[in-house]
Amino acid sequence: MKISGFEAKILPAGETCLFVDFGEKIDMQINSLVQGLKRSLTEKPFEGMRELVPTYRSLSIYFDPLTVDLEALNKRLMTDLETITEELSEDNADATQVNVPVFFGGEFGPDLSDVAEYTKLSAEEVIKRYCASPLYCFMNGFTPGFPYLGGMDKTLETPRLKNPRELIPANSVAIGGAQAGAYSIASPGGWRIIGRVPYELYDPDRDPAVAIQAGMWVHFYPVDMERYKEIEEQAKSGVYKIEYKKRGVEA
Amino acid sequence: MKLKIQSPGPLTSVQDLGRWGHQAIGMPVSGAMDAPALIRGNILLCNPDGAAALEMTMTGPAILFEGEGAIAVTGAELQPKLNGKPVANWTVIKINSGDVLTFGGACGKGLRAYLCVSGGIDVPLVMGSRSTYMKAKIGGLNGRKLAKDDVLSTGENNSCKIGVTCPENLRPDYAVNAPLRTVLGPQDDYIKPEGIKIFFSTEYKISPSSDRMGTRFESDKIIEHVKGPDIVSDAIPMGAVQIPGQGVPIVMMADRQTTGGYVKIGVVHALDVARLSQFMPGSSVRFAEITQEQGIEISKSESNLLNLLRSHVEKFNTVPPAAASQNRGAMNVIVNGEKFFVTWEKLS
Repeated sequence: MKISGFEAKILPAGETCLFVDFGEKIDMQINSLVQGLKRSLTEKPFEGMRELVPTYRSLSIYFDPLTVDLEALNKRLMTDLETITEELSEDNADATQVNVPVFFGGEFGPDLSDVAEYTKLSAEEVIKRYCASPLYCFMNGFTPGFPYLGGMDKTLETPRLKNPRELIPANSVAIGGAQAGAYSIASPGGWRIIGRVPYELYDPDRDPAVAIQAGMWVHFYPVDMERYKEIEEQAKSGVYKIEYKKRGVEA
Repeated sequence: MKLKIQSPGPLTSVQDLGRWGHQAIGMPVSGAMDAPALIRGNILLCNPDGAAALEMTMTGPAILFEGEGAIAVTGAELQPKLNGKPVANWTVIKINSGDVLTFGGACGKGLRAYLCVSGGIDVPLVMGSRSTYMKAKIGGLNGRKLAKDDVLSTGENNSCKIGVTCPENLRPDYAVNAPLRTVLGPQDDYIKPEGIKIFFSTEYKISPSSDRMGTRFESDKIIEHVKGPDIVSDAIPMGAVQIPGQGVPIVMMADRQTTGGYVKIGVVHALDVARLSQFMPGSSVRFAEITQEQGIEISKSESNLLNLLRSHVEKFNTVPPAAASQNRGAMNVIVNGEKFFVTWEKLS
């Protein structure tokens, strides 16, 4: 069906899942539709609903094959799809923004100078433009908590490393082509590392376990080494909490 | 009961039915590769269906038990031995303090077995599950496979029925020649029609590079894409069949990443994903098309089998240990819902 000028398709994905797909594109509006449908199903779950997984372009809906009524689910989805369009305009003011401190460059950002060289900007200017970018988390994936962030200043686009690193430290902030991201756990990877967050972006024993989640806006801001160490200490003892706020509200 | 690991086996890890509910933050589900085998073991032991067990690959560990309890080994035939004597799979076995469980290893009847224990393996819940996900080092025992000298505890459960066994007709079917039943989609339209034909007509050889994340295949039949193998990333359900650039399928298994950027031609039914996880590298398999509705019916018949096993276990009466140790005794037995009073006496 047509929705906000996009084609929404309900596609089978085995006996325990279906995808509502909005199109083969990385696009804010498509992702808002994904988030909108997720919200309406979360608020009023259907019989047998198991788990919802939002991605760039589709919502995966996992269900219990023993209790699901496929026909009723299809009808429900059609109704929801008609109503979520109206909510789109409210999204921006109501969305959550997370403010994330970063120490840029040095040992924590080994690729900052390469990014500066590639983009023909000073390191300071790279940091400034990175922090000023209205970054939006399209989805989490790859590893637990890795946020795929769109909306980075186009002048910062830098290709991935030809030879990916075998191990990138957890909480490293990065640029991968046109996308921004943050390695939530230590893992191999080919994105350019420009800084590090003094806070566990993923901690399975914390609620929420993942600091930057799909549908959130992300504001990175620079801190010096002294403040970095301070936050790191406070985070370890559980005193430091990362800051969330409604996007429409000025701090 | 405590399990002291004297030797760990090549790949032994704590698994339950997986870490559901957190794929949205990129947390893989993990869990038992052959969930139907794990569930049956737990039903036999009167545990909750999803109690944690040890998943053993190729061969099992050597385990010294401390304290009393019960076990059931399900899944592949890895030739379990208790104190050196062979014991049956799919059967509840009494464990006494000091008993040692060892395994002879795989013998062509499956690859992964489950050591289910009375009360389940007691490790901390991480995000609602005890499953080990080794890549993120979480769950199970410190997020890793078992090592020598590890000690595991079990939960409480004293209601086990020693000797109860899963009838053969209620066990999973591990036949290699039955095809992997697959629902087409979500991206079958990204594959050329000729590619769909190749997918359902080719005999695929399982590659040795398969693991808990995915089963890879070897074939010279290439499935061609309409536009190319890359998509804007979306979710990967259990059993999703990715067709990457080289045109040969990969079936995504328990430790699959939550999202990915390859075209998915279809999704293999959960029961057949479990069956596939038992096949040795080098075995040949085929895919066969089913509809989503047929897939749901298959899940329902599996659920019926599990219910039959539940009532089988419920009706099973064990010989009370006190009576068994005497030369004569008597007990009530229920057979097909009818009550019988049985007496016995030792003849010699």
